[in-house]
Amino acid sequence: MESKYTKKFSALLLGLLFSLPVFALDGDAERGQANSAICMACHQADGNGMNIPGGESWPRLAGMNADYIYKQLKEFKNGTRVNASMMPFATMLDDQQKKDLAVYYSQLPAGEGAHGGADAELLAYGEKLATAGDWDRYIVPCSTCHGPGNQGAGEHFPGIAGQHAGYIESQLVAWQKGERDNDPQHLMLAIAERMNDYDIKAVAAWLSTQPAQ
Amino acid sequence: MKIKITALLASLVLAISFSASALAKQELRFPINLPEAKEGQVVHVPPTMADLEDADLHPELKRTIRRGYDLFMNTQQLRGKNVFNDMTCKSCHMGEGRLPFAAPVWRAVIAMPNFRGKNQHVNNLEERIAGCFAFSMNGKPPAYGSDDMIALTAYHQWLAKGLPTFERKNFYGRGYPIEDAPKAPSYKRGEKLYADNCAICHSDDGSGMRVDGKAHFPAVWGDLSYNWGAGISRLHTLAGFVRNNMPLGQPLTMSVQESWDLAEYIDSQERPHDPRFTGDLKETRAKYLDTFHKHTYYGSWIQLASATACNSSNNTSFGVFIPSVFLGRLFKRCIMNSKCSSSKCLKHEPLGQY
Ligand code: HEC
Ligand code: HEC
Ligand code: HEC
Ligand code: HEC
Repeated sequence: MESKYTKKFSALLLGLLFSLPVFALDGDAERGQANSAICMACHQADGNGMNIPGGESWPRLAGMNADYIYKQLKEFKNGTRVNASMMPFATMLDDQQKKDLAVYYSQLPAGEGAHGGADAELLAYGEKLATAGDWDRYIVPCSTCHGPGNQGAGEHFPGIAGQHAGYIESQLVAWQKGERDNDPQHLMLAIAERMNDYDIKAVAAWLSTQPAQ
Repeated sequence: MKIKITALLASLVLAISFSASALAKQELRFPINLPEAKEGQVVHVPPTMADLEDADLHPELKRTIRRGYDLFMNTQQLRGKNVFNDMTCKSCHMGEGRLPFAAPVWRAVIAMPNFRGKNQHVNNLEERIAGCFAFSMNGKPPAYGSDDMIALTAYHQWLAKGLPTFERKNFYGRGYPIEDAPKAPSYKRGEKLYADNCAICHSDDGSGMRVDGKAHFPAVWGDLSYNWGAGISRLHTLAGFVRNNMPLGQPLTMSVQESWDLAEYIDSQERPHDPRFTGDLKETRAKYLDTFHKHTYYGSWIQLASATACNSSNNTSFGVFIPSVFLGRLFKRCIMNSKCSSSKCLKHEPLGQY
């Protein structure tokens, strides 16, 4: 027999369970989903984005840290992070909508990353850079910041494993050119600017083959 | 393209400026400007793990060196057995123990056996490593001659490849060198610098960051950090580490003064006892004052602008490991009078969290 109260209580419990990983951000996944239609055109219905070799890749948002997503949306809007495709959509959103969308995407299951082709040698070199770095050139291993398996560490160090190679490459190049400049303490910039084109290709390809979660 | 470094005294400074200039399309905003080797300094470029694959060594030895590398890079695999904090060897000996100005470990291979002031007798390489286990890892060293100890020494020895034994040359990049502070170090300035530059990784309370319950960014003070007997708890060593290595990926960006201010702030916090703890804080400090603690704030009253702290461990939540290999371990927590009126343990409690 189930009373009104136990129903309410279990709904509460469920809600609690759902919101546990995103306690820090008071967003609502359901409201986020309702607002996500405009995002689907690029980030896809499942939030897994798309790798577009030779074009502008759309990053996977599914399973990313909610606070990180929220930070990026704020920064697209206030101009700290500049991107022509993203700017109009971030500008449309008020603060609560950003939080809702951030929570919604953070709770979707992450799919797989893709790359536009890579041979075994390139992948092996990419793995070395991502997990052991190249200290002779002061390229700190990505995992030292981006967490075990490069799957993320807290709100400031996003998961980069299982992200699309085209997007990873574009961001590293954007940092090198000074086009992306929104990283705290320029922790990412310092690493990105020491990398050459081959490093970037290799590390992006390998990371895209790794599980995001 | 693969450049094989066989030259014993090839200059790393050169290697770095070479690769950077080959890459630089524009001015770097965070260039690595390592100082040039001074007149008479010897530059050693240690071999890498990739070089090991090509080396003419017995496969069994290669396997042992690989195991040593793995232990060095992920010492947390010995957690609860030999390691009782969130450290890994590479937390302080950065870049695989090879990086100059991050206390590269190969020098010990050729400088040992040697007399050490810290313990007043001749030490070999195993004992030098045991020292970092007892203090820096707040732990219990693997037995001399054990598989793990042999693997670690083998890795160290690999890094020293080509260097003549008993050479006590002036080596480029050893330790964590730093000039004297221009002004007296300031806790207040250090506190602000820490919040702005370090807390994002090491957290506001110094406990570092854990991911899925495992160490990710190491703790700079508190229970999960090195203990008061660790070399890096000396102000000049800590300041030198910070100046040359932190924030991560941005060496030499903190000025000499800022590095000393940060050391002043960090060394004013709590951490596990010196494992040579006699049961009495003032006595322990006095006993090792000349050989060590004149450079630390362990057991000394320090007047802070914000608080009056009595180091160490007036805070009863801190694990105190008494004593280590030197005296036989208990793995018990020392409960002290929380008002610091006494420096003696009131009682001991077993430590259950591992
Ligand atoms: C026209 C295509 C397009 C649409 C529509 C779009 N985005 Fe994006 N989005 C992009 C591109 C391209 C990037 C990569 C930007 C860059 O390179 O800096 C991006 C990046 C992002 C990022 C940063 C991801 C990261 O890992 O840093 C977030 C968050 C984001 N979008 C959220 C959204 C949301 C929420 C919506 C809907 C309100 C949306 N986007 C709609 C194209 C789009
Ligand atoms: C010293 C720490 C540090 C290291 C080492 C590091 N990163 Fe990052 N990285 C960051 C931070 C911090 C951010 C988040 C920037 C922000 O908040 O906008 C970031 C962001 C990124 C992003 C953008 C993610 C996104 O979703 O938009 C990519 C791609 C990336 N890093 C790749 C790498 C790669 C590849 C490596 C290794 C070669 C690496 N990083 C090493 C600190 C680091
Ligand atoms: C908390 C920081 C820290 C950790 C962790 C640490 N060490 Fe050390 N280690 C030091 C310091 C400080 C020195 C002294 C450097 C100096 O000033 O010359 C040192 C010195 C050494 C030396 C002698 C180097 C020389 O130039 O003579 C060896 C060998 C060594 N450590 C090995 C290890 C091993 C192996 C581990 C892991 C089991 C380890 N250390 C963990 C801080 C640390
Ligand atoms: C991007 C993250 C990051 C930032 C920012 C950072 N550190 Fe670290 N720190 C690390 C990592 C990671 C290590 C261990 C080295 C390794 O694993 O390669 C470390 C090691 C240390 C250590 C030696 C080990 C320990 O835990 O005591 C000290 C001391 C330290 N950092 C102090 C600082 C200070 C002071 C600052 C600010 C000026 C700072 N760090 C900024 C990531 C960071």
